[in-house]
Amino acid sequence: MSAATLSVSGLSTHIDSENGLVRALDCVSFEVHAGETFALLGESGCGKSVTALSLMRLLPPGGCVAGGSVMLDGRDLCALTETEMRQVRGAGMAMIFQEPGTSLNPVLTVGQQIGEVLALHRGLKGAAADGEAVALMTQVGIPDPQRRLREYPFQFSGGMKQRVMIAMALAGEPRLLIADEPTTALDVTIQAQVLDVMAALQRARGMAMILITHDLGVVAKMADRVGVMYAGHLIEEAPRGRFFAAPAHPYSRKLFEALPEGHRERGVLATIPGSVPPLTAHFTGCRFAPRCDRAWERCRAEAPQWHALEGGQRVRCHLHDPAESMRAAVQPASRSAAVSPARATEEILLGVRDMKVHFPITSGVFRRVVGHVKAVDGVSLDIGAGRTLALVGESGCGKTTVGKAILRLIEPSGGSARLGDKDIGSLSGSALRATRASMQMIFQDPFGSLNPRLRVIEIIEEGMNALGVSGSDAERRERVVQIMEQVGLRPELAERYPHEFSGGQRQRIAIARALAVSPRLIVCDEPTSALDVSVQAQILNLLQELQARLGVAYLFITHNIAVVEYLAHEVAVMYLGRIVEQGSVAEVLGNPQHPYTRALLAAVPRANADAGAGADAVLVKGDLPSPANPPAGCHFHPRCPLATETCRQEYPQARAVDGTHVVSCHLAG
Amino acid sequence: MNGFQVVVLWSDALLALLLLACGAGIAAALRREHLRRAWRAVFANRSAMAALVVLLAYLLVAILDSFHFRPALERQAAASAAPAQYSVEVLSLLDVALARMRTTREDSYSAPFATHAFRKRMIEMPDGTQQRDYPRLQFGGAQLADPAADRGADIARRGLGGAAAGLALWAFMAGALAVFVARGRREPVRRTLGAILGGNTEVAWGAFGWMLLLVLCAGGALFALSGGYHVLGTDATGNDVLYQTFKAMRIALLIGTLATFVVLPLGIGLGLAAGYFGGWVDDLIQYVYTVISSIPYVLLIAAASLMMQLVIEQHAEVFDTAAARADARLVALCVIIGAISWTTLCRLLRAETLKLRETDYVQAARCFGVSGVRIMLRHILPNAFHIVLITLVLEFSGLVLAEAVLSYVGVGVDPTTTSFGTMINNARGELAQDPVIWWSITAAFVFMVALVLAANLFADAVREAFDPRAAALPRRRRVPRESAA
Amino acid sequence: MIAYLLRRLLLAVPTLIGVNLLLFTLFFVISSPDDMARAQLGAKRVTPEAIERWKADRGYDKPLFWNAQAAGRARFTETIFVQKSARMFLFDFGKSDAGRDINRELSTRMWPSLALALPVFLVGLFVAITLALLLAFLRATWLDFTGVIVCVVLMSISSLFYIIAGQYLVARVWNLVPISGFATGLDAARFLALPVAVGVLAGLGSNVRWYRAIFLEEIGKDYVRTARAKGLSELAVLFRHVLKNGMIPILTGTVVVIPSLFLGSLITESFFGIPGLGTFTIEAILMQDFAIVRAMVFIGSVLYIAGLVLTDLSYTLVDPRVRLQ
Repeated sequence: MSAATLSVSGLSTHIDSENGLVRALDCVSFEVHAGETFALLGESGCGKSVTALSLMRLLPPGGCVAGGSVMLDGRDLCALTETEMRQVRGAGMAMIFQEPGTSLNPVLTVGQQIGEVLALHRGLKGAAADGEAVALMTQVGIPDPQRRLREYPFQFSGGMKQRVMIAMALAGEPRLLIADEPTTALDVTIQAQVLDVMAALQRARGMAMILITHDLGVVAKMADRVGVMYAGHLIEEAPRGRFFAAPAHPYSRKLFEALPEGHRERGVLATIPGSVPPLTAHFTGCRFAPRCDRAWERCRAEAPQWHALEGGQRVRCHLHDPAESMRAAVQPASRSAAVSPARATEEILLGVRDMKVHFPITSGVFRRVVGHVKAVDGVSLDIGAGRTLALVGESGCGKTTVGKAILRLIEPSGGSARLGDKDIGSLSGSALRATRASMQMIFQDPFGSLNPRLRVIEIIEEGMNALGVSGSDAERRERVVQIMEQVGLRPELAERYPHEFSGGQRQRIAIARALAVSPRLIVCDEPTSALDVSVQAQILNLLQELQARLGVAYLFITHNIAVVEYLAHEVAVMYLGRIVEQGSVAEVLGNPQHPYTRALLAAVPRANADAGAGADAVLVKGDLPSPANPPAGCHFHPRCPLATETCRQEYPQARAVDGTHVVSCHLAG
Repeated sequence: MNGFQVVVLWSDALLALLLLACGAGIAAALRREHLRRAWRAVFANRSAMAALVVLLAYLLVAILDSFHFRPALERQAAASAAPAQYSVEVLSLLDVALARMRTTREDSYSAPFATHAFRKRMIEMPDGTQQRDYPRLQFGGAQLADPAADRGADIARRGLGGAAAGLALWAFMAGALAVFVARGRREPVRRTLGAILGGNTEVAWGAFGWMLLLVLCAGGALFALSGGYHVLGTDATGNDVLYQTFKAMRIALLIGTLATFVVLPLGIGLGLAAGYFGGWVDDLIQYVYTVISSIPYVLLIAAASLMMQLVIEQHAEVFDTAAARADARLVALCVIIGAISWTTLCRLLRAETLKLRETDYVQAARCFGVSGVRIMLRHILPNAFHIVLITLVLEFSGLVLAEAVLSYVGVGVDPTTTSFGTMINNARGELAQDPVIWWSITAAFVFMVALVLAANLFADAVREAFDPRAAALPRRRRVPRESAA
Repeated sequence: MIAYLLRRLLLAVPTLIGVNLLLFTLFFVISSPDDMARAQLGAKRVTPEAIERWKADRGYDKPLFWNAQAAGRARFTETIFVQKSARMFLFDFGKSDAGRDINRELSTRMWPSLALALPVFLVGLFVAITLALLLAFLRATWLDFTGVIVCVVLMSISSLFYIIAGQYLVARVWNLVPISGFATGLDAARFLALPVAVGVLAGLGSNVRWYRAIFLEEIGKDYVRTARAKGLSELAVLFRHVLKNGMIPILTGTVVVIPSLFLGSLITESFFGIPGLGTFTIEAILMQDFAIVRAMVFIGSVLYIAGLVLTDLSYTLVDPRVRLQ
């Protein structure tokens, strides 16, 4: 094997923080070869990004590399002066960051920002630089690069910004590209496009690449080798095939088991109790031991060494110590019994008909209304009591607006929503307040949805107080305790403030708050998308259990197809303010009719070893158009690979395919 | 003195109310965990604790100067049955404490620690001849038989004596503090004392203690020296400058704080309403504050206080003493300042409310049908409270500085009131004289800068602790020392 | 863009009407022209006749809103409101209470004001930004912290002290420049050097600190990390990336004062005897010349509103994201 492009050995990084010294990285060693993609996998707080920043020597204030070496093409980067290191950044190795929206300078044109690298590392200026920048932009698939060179980042969509970042990173012709969660902020269809661009460029240039991600699907699609990080340690390293066939570390296995995808039998997902320990702590044994269901005394007493397995796989776990071979053989039962299925009833709980939410656009001296942003444009859906309807779509398609309009958090501009026998839209005052007890909402960001100034008990009680649900103080108190137990929170935590809780616990508090008024419908707005996969599994399990126990219905708004598969009964796919396809989960996901649904499904990276870059057939072109000015005819036609003349001219009517399956496409059926 | 009549000036009442409100605020803050945490961060800041000592010293003077009374006039023996007559002069406890400074009035200028007047005058010699010379001061250094020879020693003796008294008082207070802190830390007093003086306590008691030592020693020395001298000289009419600076402290604190009474209700009420309700409420409130803030600050205050002066002069009969009239003008000035400067707070709160209104927890509350007023009070105000606090503390030093400018322009406090502004204004011509008369302006400078600097340092610490955005800025971190155990 | 400007100008009208009404209320409703006359005449000369004469001389003898004695349109126009308040919209300020033509005073006195205020503004901005960038470059070193402390001390000192100390040291003790006075032409530089230096110094502390905070906030942003990852030097990052972004919030706070520079500085002008609008205003306040105070307040808010429009326009220059709609 050729000499590695990058060779990291014993890298330790410390960050001086308010809470003490954070040992963010502890003796991390790995190698990356030319033309190879090495994926660093792990949950948030495990030290993946710190690894990248340590390699670049761009640690935040207070951070420093405390030991180890980083060899890039045989040079020890840790020994370079800052001036020498600047030569390496951008030229020897380049980096792409997670948030393309904030990582580009908003007041410089894209051409200037790419040109900066060309001037610095390749001595190109003027027309030569422009020519090269255009070539780079063409390579990353930005249409009309001549013109767009003069544009500013705000004129680019998220996916295009990330392509600009890639072009900028490649401009210095680096030997190593570090991509830190490059697609996490993007929609799946865009993610698929960007990942393909990255894979193609890497192949063409023979670069080494470090891909940092929390998404097993992305790893499966992109990586040649995988390194799993936990609490500042690298705990497992393996070629992709081996890793997906036989993950060795208990943590790696749990990550797989916690994935909702492919679990259509609606069993209980595996979870990892607790959370990643703070790295200010001093560890004696294995860092994962407190959360590991297979840990024994040795794990708590002694830090495990690396153990080499076959096929280039190695793992840092006592289970794989040849001396412990007896234990390794015993596999625990990985999945507990399935919950009883929800009661299927015919009763329609929520019926939405032709709901519209239009926001006016004003212009001119007198602020006349010149148009409307049609965020929601004629949405109809039904949810049965105790059932789950998943509303799926990319960001900006209006799915959250539908949820809020149903709850009258946003006033709908047209259409109606009935909850049971009440028309929500026509209610006001006390009648509306009375109905509010029947419908509640859970929000996406567990850190933004709880008032940081209130104690948990005050948060949970608020709804009961406002709606006058329970009578006396004692009764309310009792109810709070009961609800907290129901969502898996110890009642003695009631006096704490939200900031003392982890993301998953906070989401439990938010669920408890909604449950406190005994709603029949809960609108769940991407409740798990801000959570790590193991925590996501906990919350999904909880939602499932609550539905089985209390018969509550969910309108589950999500972009995550795997979650839909796992949790929902019915699914509706939204595109640009309208529903393009709906039906039962089996119908829609098993037999997608609309090209958009198919593209959405195809774009989701699957966490299995056969997935590879570019293997997918249908990909959507371009970005989501603006809802202020939707394309004429079928909204999807500019991005649709199958679009015909009819599609360009008229919007397709919804038509039944079979059973409950309905699709709005001229070509379906 | 055989009796007195208590006088409660408007500003006294308002200051008392303000202190009560502060007390209530502190009590409330102790109950709220996040406020406790933020205040702990303030108190862990050394410069803030040192500044706090200075601010408390000024506050003590201001409070002493806020208990007003009219002493009874000496009764004629014949009229002993008649009701007591009270002086038209309103005094305060501070005036009593500084009676010597107040009453030892010279004829005109004298330099600090002078024993002779600043200018030559015809004086009658003991032998009856007239001679042009520097006359001896009536009070300053009057106790000295031979000023030229004895003055230095006398000053040193008094100064050291006063400082020693200050030191003794400090030792007592430091001991009390150590006992108090030691109880909280559950450790021997001796070790706590060591930790405090070494700066190793969580609350920066060390900085507090050392600054207290400085203030007490300086205060003791000043007090002892003022018994025999005019420590900071006298002004054109022979008044003790040190006494004037003490009187100016109360005015500065009042100017800096009383506007709060107008700013808080207007700023909070209108800011929240504009941001939360939007629509025409927002338009109207925005209109009002755009109108007010579009007028240059000083000009608007000038216009308003010119008119206010006219009104007060027209109704002079309402006020039974000159002090009451001057006080009315002071309070009116504060009201005007408040009526103009609420716009800053209102604008900041409106912007923050617009942001908070869209947060998920407000949406969740709206899901429960919680009323708008309740959402504002329970969800928005507590989360925007740091803006209120930061604006108020930042405003304080600005107002103290503004007072000087306003008094110079002639629209500040009543000319009979001693404030830093009037001191500077009076001292303007003095620097042009030859030899230069520097002490009045220097005294105003030193005492004003001390106050504003302390306020600024304290405000910085408050902002650092409360403003989530300030957390991103680099700051000097205290190197954690290993505990002495 | 044109539509935007039109809209801003239209919106300025109600604001100015508000200012006008506020002034009218302050000067004619809360206190009456009789009060003004009494204050002007002084206690000794107050007789009902003197008051009437004083009012008649200055046109304050008309009714506030409705002149029942006049006929036709004059019923509206021959009132204090129209003559003294509404006329200001035509920038016709009439005569001061002491009989001077305010418009003429304005047009001659604004140039000395500008000669002082403009250099203070430009030099002050340049020096403050330079120092703030320097502190941002040296961030978290002891030089930075010392710089911040110095800034806090500087901003704790009243501007009056800067003027007094400047006059005393530079003009009186060192005799470098005249203490006060003004001349036209190049000669003015001799008189303006000290006031400009004092003006710059007085504003330095708070501005440097504020700009430093802005730059530090920018330095913490993601795009700066990107720039560093390209291999740019720290200076290139500061000048190419941070400065340009930092100028956006700095402009918000500074451009708005540019039109108001015409008004000059009250304190500095009067201390240094510069015959600008600041001195004019102060004299008017001290003499209780209400007509001038009214006029200056009105002009002040007109210029402030002009500053707001200018601020918006300046955004389009530095921030490509802003397109005025």
